[in-house]
Amino acid sequence: MKISMTVNGKRYERDAEPRTLLAYFLREALGLTGTHVGCDTSSCGVCVVLLDGEKAVKSCTMLAVMADGHEITTIEGLVQGGVLHPLQQGFWDQHGLQCGYCTPGMMMTSVALLKHNPNPSEAEIREGLSGNLCRCTGYQNIVKAVQQAAGAMQPQPAEPVAS
Amino acid sequence: MSTTIEPTPAPKTHSMGHSMKRKEDPRFIRGHGRYLDDFTLPGMLWMSLVHSPYPHAKIVKIDKTAALAVPGVVAVLTGEDLAAHNLAWIPTFHGYDKQMVLAVGKVLYQYQEVAGVIASSREIAQDAAELVDVEYEPLDPVTNPYQSRDDKIILRDDRENKTNHIYHWEVGKRDETDAALAASDVSIKERIVFQRCHPAPLEPCGILADMNPATGRLTLYLTSQAPHAHRTVVSLVTGIPEDKIHVISPDLGGGFGNKVPVYPGYVVSAAASVVLGVPVKWIETRTENLTTTGFARDYHMDVEIGASKDGTVTALKVATVADHGAFDAAADPTKYPAGLFGIVTGSYDFPTAFTELDAYFTNKAPGGVAYRCSFRVTEASFAIERGMELLARKLNMDPSELRLKNFVRKDQFPYPSPLGFVYDSGDYHMTLRKALDMIGYEDLRKEQAEKRERGELMGIGISTFTEAVGAGPSKHFDIMGIKMFDSAEIRVHPTGSAILRAGTKSQGQGHETTWAQIAAEELGLDPQNIMVEEGDTDTAPYGLGTYASRSTPVAGAAIAMASRKIREKARKIAAHLLEAPIDDVEWTNYKFQVKGQPDHTLTMQEIAFAAYTNPAPDSEPGLEATYYYDPPNLTFPYGAYIAVVDVDRETGAVKVRRFLAIDDCGTVINPMVVEGQIHGGLTEGFAIAFMQEIVYDEQGNNLNTNFTDYMVPTSLETPHWETSSTCTPSPHHPIGAKGVGESPNVGSPAAFVNAVMDALAPLGVTHIDMPLTREKVWRACRQATTA
Repeated sequence: MKISMTVNGKRYERDAEPRTLLAYFLREALGLTGTHVGCDTSSCGVCVVLLDGEKAVKSCTMLAVMADGHEITTIEGLVQGGVLHPLQQGFWDQHGLQCGYCTPGMMMTSVALLKHNPNPSEAEIREGLSGNLCRCTGYQNIVKAVQQAAGAMQPQPAEPVAS
Repeated sequence: MSTTIEPTPAPKTHSMGHSMKRKEDPRFIRGHGRYLDDFTLPGMLWMSLVHSPYPHAKIVKIDKTAALAVPGVVAVLTGEDLAAHNLAWIPTFHGYDKQMVLAVGKVLYQYQEVAGVIASSREIAQDAAELVDVEYEPLDPVTNPYQSRDDKIILRDDRENKTNHIYHWEVGKRDETDAALAASDVSIKERIVFQRCHPAPLEPCGILADMNPATGRLTLYLTSQAPHAHRTVVSLVTGIPEDKIHVISPDLGGGFGNKVPVYPGYVVSAAASVVLGVPVKWIETRTENLTTTGFARDYHMDVEIGASKDGTVTALKVATVADHGAFDAAADPTKYPAGLFGIVTGSYDFPTAFTELDAYFTNKAPGGVAYRCSFRVTEASFAIERGMELLARKLNMDPSELRLKNFVRKDQFPYPSPLGFVYDSGDYHMTLRKALDMIGYEDLRKEQAEKRERGELMGIGISTFTEAVGAGPSKHFDIMGIKMFDSAEIRVHPTGSAILRAGTKSQGQGHETTWAQIAAEELGLDPQNIMVEEGDTDTAPYGLGTYASRSTPVAGAAIAMASRKIREKARKIAAHLLEAPIDDVEWTNYKFQVKGQPDHTLTMQEIAFAAYTNPAPDSEPGLEATYYYDPPNLTFPYGAYIAVVDVDRETGAVKVRRFLAIDDCGTVINPMVVEGQIHGGLTEGFAIAFMQEIVYDEQGNNLNTNFTDYMVPTSLETPHWETSSTCTPSPHHPIGAKGVGESPNVGSPAAFVNAVMDALAPLGVTHIDMPLTREKVWRACRQATTA
């Protein structure tokens, strides 16, 4: 059936089989291969994308047709105006990735996490990322990456008023 | 205490030892990595496998009719079809056995590959695979190596010897060890099982095979940790000349040993592409990954240690029964059927030792890969580190004191071990003392004593392991006859940047950064302008790949040596340009200089330009070198790890309160990358100690077929890691490096288990086999309190 959705700000109209998972639709119909697939049971989170700008969803657990009319952001949509998103910068600066396979899902989950909680504690970050598996890093530097991004995304304090 | 290694920009000519940010990351953080499933080719077909539901059964009939009738299905292949092309069986890596590609006659483990369906889409291939009608006649399964040992059911009737026993291996002095054990004042004996587990990289295995009928070339995009070895294997098995085979191993989403073997899915897809003349792709499901591809461990070890009353060890004996599954597909070097298990004397100066191993077939998946460890070193380290803990308990001696008493001393290096290794370097006393100091060992013991008074269970576990990595010297190490050297090729371009290629293949280790750092340091070039390329057999020099912590010890050395060859040539060019006798030209502060004339210098960039524009009259133009490095010895990284745990006796829950890892991997290329490797390895060690196991029930059913049953720790349960280091460089490695990626996974399981057993000591519990699940710990507590 014909579906349309906006992905990374661009509108697409495509045919999709009713059983096609959003993950495969993004990867194979739209060629956005930054969204990965790593398990058959919605356990690993390497496929996480952002739905309507705020909800982190496992795109292997959603049918493409369910995203009809919605807005999706994938890892390819994080760079804005040629500038890395603070999370991308954080992951790079803090050595928050090794093989890179979990990284897109980790970052998309983190985008949603920071949207809902701009100043999370370490425990809140660890809980927020607990649906995303990483086999390489042991998570410690991922936590640091999210903390760095949270710091960078804080609204700048107003200039102190001279007394 | 939290350790933090912040990245620092590396100076342009001196990058060694700096936490340079990784050069590969910009593509990964943008979602522009290129993993196997990201490749598609025009006209590509998909392959899906049919798996056996039975662990042991005769195949009566395979009916393809229904599957072939599905629109879009191109072919259905069975073992018999492959047999017509002489591809029904392939040799296993060390050459002692062969394995079925698709089952012929019978199946030997649950989920074994029985047929392959090739179709126009992933979904059609999967749907049609379910329609392949296989009639089985179930046979009694053998699920345990001790049951296999009695040979009542012979699993492999294809083999000449009608026995389930695969081989016996031994090293050391049996009689002397037995006599020493009998004469010991004190001894321990324990059966210690290292459970079957699985590396489970997040990216599953896969292949895109592309036979081009026009050129006669077969291109294999492959999840491969050893692309050259795989090219050679394909050529040997198929008879296709090696120049007509092109293996491309793209970005790998982790490997951990899982992407070393050759799997049936690869062979079926490649065969299909050759026959059909179109590209064929197969991407494994997670279930296929966990049930059919290379498992690890499954060693059942009887450990005996003897000691005198004062705690001086006198002898070590370890007798192992190994469960190899249906085929002997363990990925060990040919002359080492039990890998480097001889490292089992660990960091201790045993006067004598003996170890033997018997391997058996069972109705389980084949494998026995080095899961984030040098061949069987993890099993050996676990055996000795648990054994020493049991001995300390028996002697009523502090486990740190027992270790300090028995460590090989610094002045004994190079140290010949009783089981045949020569350890290169180490200062075990220094490293353990640093760990005890950093963690505040005495205070922790005081706290533990107070808690015990109150009935609370707190434990402190130590592991002071030594690894043998970097296989290996060609006189001892080969895989299918191919010696285990590795290689590097460096080409310096006219403007002073370079391309570096190696026979290794990163799976997240960061070779694109660290290899550039080694060459940059040796050549005085900017590491940002040294491009590193691996994984393409058309361009990279031949190498045996990345596993068993061999990349830095072997290829890292080749990079340093290739750089030094370039430097030698550059020196000649420098002498020509500086109009000085060559003996007067020296390499100082990353430049060539005429002796005693600090203003007469040339940088490598200047020389590179001259190599192409103004070469010395008697030398070849250009500036490049290739080096094949055959290591003189293995390297022996080591570490001192301490875990602190609290155990809740009511629920069996274990809280890892602290974990300190001090690693000594010799010279460090990039501290940030090393720390990252240690975090990751500790997390896998934690997983093995507390949750990871592939369990088969008595009927041979695999009970851990996906990530809801095979537990990978999340950010929530993973502890905070504290890390530090000492540095005793390897005396025989060109830059003194030893390799580190696997140390934390080798050393940490014993630290966790020792800590939990220490916590349970007041209850009289001495040993529980991994994984230490809540249930097992709770049962042990309960038994102890109700006994």
